Formats: sequence, structure tokens, C-alpha cells
Amino acid sequence: MNWSRSIVDREAWQAAAARLHAGELCLLGLWGEPGFVHMAVMQSASNECSVLSLACEGNRYPSVGRLHPPALRLERAARDLYGLEPEGLADTRPWLRHSGVYPFLPAEGESLHQIPVGPVHAGIIEPGHFRFTASGETVVRLEARLGYAHKGVEALMAGASLERAAQLAARVSGDSTVAFSLAYARAVEAALALEAAPRAVWLRALMAELERLANHLGDIGAVCNDAALSIMHAQCGQLREQVLRAAQACFGHRLMMDCVIPGGVLRDLPADGERLLSALVALVRKEFPDLVEVYDNTASLKDRTVDTGILSPALARQFAAGGYVGRASGRNFDARRAPGYAPYDRLPFEVPVVQAGDVNARVWIRIREVEQSLALIQAMLPQLPAGPIHVALAAQSVTGAREGVALVEGFRGDILAWVRIGAGGRVERCHLRDPSWFQWPLLEAAIEGNIVADFPLCNKSFNCSYSGHDL
Amino acid sequence: MRRLLFKNFVRGPLTEAAPAPDDAAIAELASRVNQAARRRLGRTLAIREVDAGSCNGCELEIHALGNVLYDLERFGLRFVASPRHADVLLVTGPVTHNMREALERTYQATPDPKWVVAVGACARDGGVFAGSAACVVGGVSAVVPVDLHIPGCPPSPLELLKGLLALLEGVSVT
Repeated sequence: MNWSRSIVDREAWQAAAARLHAGELCLLGLWGEPGFVHMAVMQSASNECSVLSLACEGNRYPSVGRLHPPALRLERAARDLYGLEPEGLADTRPWLRHSGVYPFLPAEGESLHQIPVGPVHAGIIEPGHFRFTASGETVVRLEARLGYAHKGVEALMAGASLERAAQLAARVSGDSTVAFSLAYARAVEAALALEAAPRAVWLRALMAELERLANHLGDIGAVCNDAALSIMHAQCGQLREQVLRAAQACFGHRLMMDCVIPGGVLRDLPADGERLLSALVALVRKEFPDLVEVYDNTASLKDRTVDTGILSPALARQFAAGGYVGRASGRNFDARRAPGYAPYDRLPFEVPVVQAGDVNARVWIRIREVEQSLALIQAMLPQLPAGPIHVALAAQSVTGAREGVALVEGFRGDILAWVRIGAGGRVERCHLRDPSWFQWPLLEAAIEGNIVADFPLCNKSFNCSYSGHDL
Repeated sequence: MRRLLFKNFVRGPLTEAAPAPDDAAIAELASRVNQAARRRLGRTLAIREVDAGSCNGCELEIHALGNVLYDLERFGLRFVASPRHADVLLVTGPVTHNMREALERTYQATPDPKWVVAVGACARDGGVFAGSAACVVGGVSAVVPVDLHIPGCPPSPLELLKGLLALLEGVSVT
């Protein structure tokens, strides 16, 4: 797929913001660098993608978030990291850069109380702060404050070699390490105008589906655990562990970290790899239906998940919510299908979509996606092309700056990668946008009017990444 | 549900045999843990996990310790919800500037005697994030005293288990 690329003036930038506001475009990302602001957008109707850049005179540019709220936090982040001032931005509080007291948005009314949670949580989860304003048990407003996991990934990438940047990309969000590595690798390959080795393209897809499978299995169990049905947690956790062990046996790392690299993949399947993966598919196919049956027929569980944490289709559309969050609220989008990339163009698979938008809908989308991933792995195994698993990049011979961009479907949703490679084959600037950027604000909307005790359920059903967002 | 319960009743437990404690970890701990503390704790440790800016890879594997195959709790090791209930802080991540104060305050909230286990390559020295302007220099030990490092990126559940068992040996041998 070809991305259109343009350097625009302020008028064209503002026109794009207006089209975002009107819903003709979806926002895929907005990021900065010294003196420039960039924006990736997609046509809502045709899924055609483009990247716009605007030179920021005096480090200022017209705010997109002023018209289109999904851009708000991205603009606040670009302001913190590159000092770019969005003109007209309503929310001027820092986002990734923490200093001093953070003023939360006010919620006023009779007998409201606040519940501060985090950044160190009660469970084994990532750091973030949630400020609930509640009226009795009912959540009136939730506001998240993120940035605690901000590691300066983009700054570390600037000037790094392609190999070093690949290591950083693999650690943007550990649960999506394959998807991030794939997005980065595809962007680098686009910049260098080369195709990854054909066999590697298929092995990458195998890894991506294993990653999706592992995460969905783990999270389906975890959602049930948050509703106190621990047998689902135990059973799903056991299946997840089997997926990770198969990944270890086939690709040498349980999470498949650093296995996808620009040009191809690091290691080939071992001699018994196809047999191991077939056995894994057979095992999950045998065990999973019983678990789905338990999920579907346990009234006390359904009582917690049905009608809880409803995300409206209108909001999902406005924020271009990716993954199961969007697809459970009627947004029929999957980057594997459109814009699409190899080898999915040659594989039959369904993209489940429902309209209900509650916790139950998000769980069902993930159940259906488990089945789809199993079918994809099974379909891929017999048709893996032979040949080398890596092609040389010859990045050192790069003279002028070259840009590449890619959109990849991780388990959580679409991941955008944009890279500019400079002379000598070093990364000048790389931006990786996690799906969570557009999902975190929706969690705040979905929890409104629910009881505080249902927050863990809602949160787990979204399962946004803190690290992927904080960079 | 009944079918699932019956199936699991018939097939027996999935939990696997325990690994031997890690020798390197025992050596690192030998000089750290004093006799008095060992006697006080017996053979059980309460662990509070603190993510100080990890990529969440370590969290996934720490989570896996609780699954039926590793079943951490059979060793007397359990995760608790508050540092005030904890004997051990299990810290992951390179310690971002934004998490530094939270880590310090969590450490201060943990009653003595207490131990800190730094998990993963970036907790040791920043790992791939070493040199970032957004992280402290020197990993977890630059902020709170560390008793044991468990290496790996991320360490597998088995490696985590070996390290934690070494800690248990270290604090309970009298």
C-alpha cells in the first residue's frame, strides 16, 4: 500500500483538522520533532492513508485537538517532548513530563468524593494514576494521569543504528513486542524500498498470531478473574502458558522479543516447529470451547459483564479506536485487512464486529479472534514458502534522508510506525504510536455511570498499555 | 461448568515440580540476610510488585508465576496488595524519573525487615534504556538498596522462581 506524503501549509493543516472533525478522516497519529509537526490520517471511507507535515514557525502550529479531541494528548505529549506549542489547545497541562502538582479537571456537585488510585497499584500492573470522582458508588468522572512509564524511547532512537532502534521498538510495550517490531521493521523496509524475505513474511505472521492468541487467552481469563470466576483465570492461564512455551520452542523466546528484525526474522522454525504449532492449535481447539461454554452460561459472570462499561459506537468512531475496543463498538476496522499487508492478503479470515460496546462484547470479540488466530496459524503452516529468512539491508549506503511508514495490527489494535533514516543508515527520527493513545480516553467515557467496583472489569476489558502510551 | 470441573478432577493437577534455587542468587544473598531476620520470617514471604517503568514484559512473566503450572503460592510466596503487608519489593523497569518518588515512598512504606529484588535487565542498570534522560542512572539500586538481581529480558517464570526460592532459602535458613 502506498502512503501519500505531503508537506503542507497552515491552511491545508487546518483543513485536515476540519475534515477530522467532520469524520471524513481518522487520526492515526500526531507527533513532533524540532521545528516540525507530523500527522498521519486515514480516509474513513477508503482506508487510504497519508502523512502530513507542517513546519512550525516559532515552534507554533494550529492545534488539531482544538477541533478533534483525540489529538489532545498527542499534542500535549509533543509539546512536552519537543516544545511545539499548539495554538488554541484547550488543555495546556503537561502530559509525559511530570513536574509539580497536576491539576485534575474539576467535578462539582453535592456529596461527591474523590478516590485516588496509583501509580503503584494493588495488582501486578503497570504504573498510572486514576482519579475517580464518585457519588456514593457511582463514578461521576474518571480522569487518568499517565506518563509514569515514560522512558524517553523516541529520544533514544534518534541517532541510533537500525539494530539498536529495533531493540528499543521491541520494548515499547512488552505484550505487543512482535507487533511493534513488525511495525518498525516494515517502516524501515518501506524507507529503504526493500521487501522482507518471503519466508520471513510468513514467519512474522505466525509470530503475530501467536502473540494475539497468548494475550487474548490471558486477558479473557483475567476479565473473568476480576468478576471472581477464578476457574476461568486458571484454565485460560494454562492455555496461555502453552502458547508461550510453543513460542519458546519455535522462536527461542517466550514473548518472541527481538525475533522480528528489519529485512526478515532472526531465526527459522526448528525442524519440529510445524508439528509443535499444529499440536498447540489442536490443544487450544480441544480445551477452549469448554471455557467459552463456561463464560457463556455462568449467570453470575454475565451479570457483571453485560451492560457494564458501554462504549458508544459514535465515540469509537470519533477516536478511531483500534482492536477489540473498536470492533466491540461497531468499528469495522482491522489493519490486516485494510490497508492490509502480506501475507494476510492471501489468507482467509474474518474480522468479528459487534455493536453492544460493553465488557461482554469486548470479551466476545476476543473469543472470536482466538478462533480466527487458530485458523490462521493452521492455514499458514502448510504453505510457508522455502528460502532465506533475512535479506541484507545495505543501510550504510543510504545517502539522503528516507522515510517509511507502516500500520500493523497488534492484539490491541493498529500500531503506527514512522521512521526517517539519514545518511549512514542511522535513525534520524522514529515515532511508534500505540493503539492505547486512542483507547485510554475512551475508558474514561465507558466507566461513567458505572460503579467503582466495576472499574477493574472495564479496565481489563480495554487492557490499554501504559508503557506503549508513555514511550 | 460441571463438565469442566469433572475433566479437571479426573486429569489431576497440572502443577510442575519445583526448580532448584539459583546458585548465583544464593551467593548474592548470603552476605545480605542476617540471622535475626531469618528467624522472624520463617518460610513465608509477602511480595509487593512495583513497576518502575518497565515495558510490561517482566509483569507478564511475574503474572505467569501465579498460573497453575508454576503455582508460586505453594512455596509460601504470595503477592500482596500493599507495601505495608510486604516483606519483599519486586521491582521492574529502569526507574523513570516519573516513578522515582513513587518507588521511594513504596520502599519507605514497607516495614523492616525488608528486601528488594530487582527483576530484569533494565532494573539492573537501565538495560536498553540506559542513558535515557527520562530514567535515573544506574537502575533500581540507584534509588533503593537492592538485595538480589534476577537477570533476563524478561526473566522466564522458571528463572524468577529460582531467584525467589533462593531468597526464601536465604531468609529462612537459620
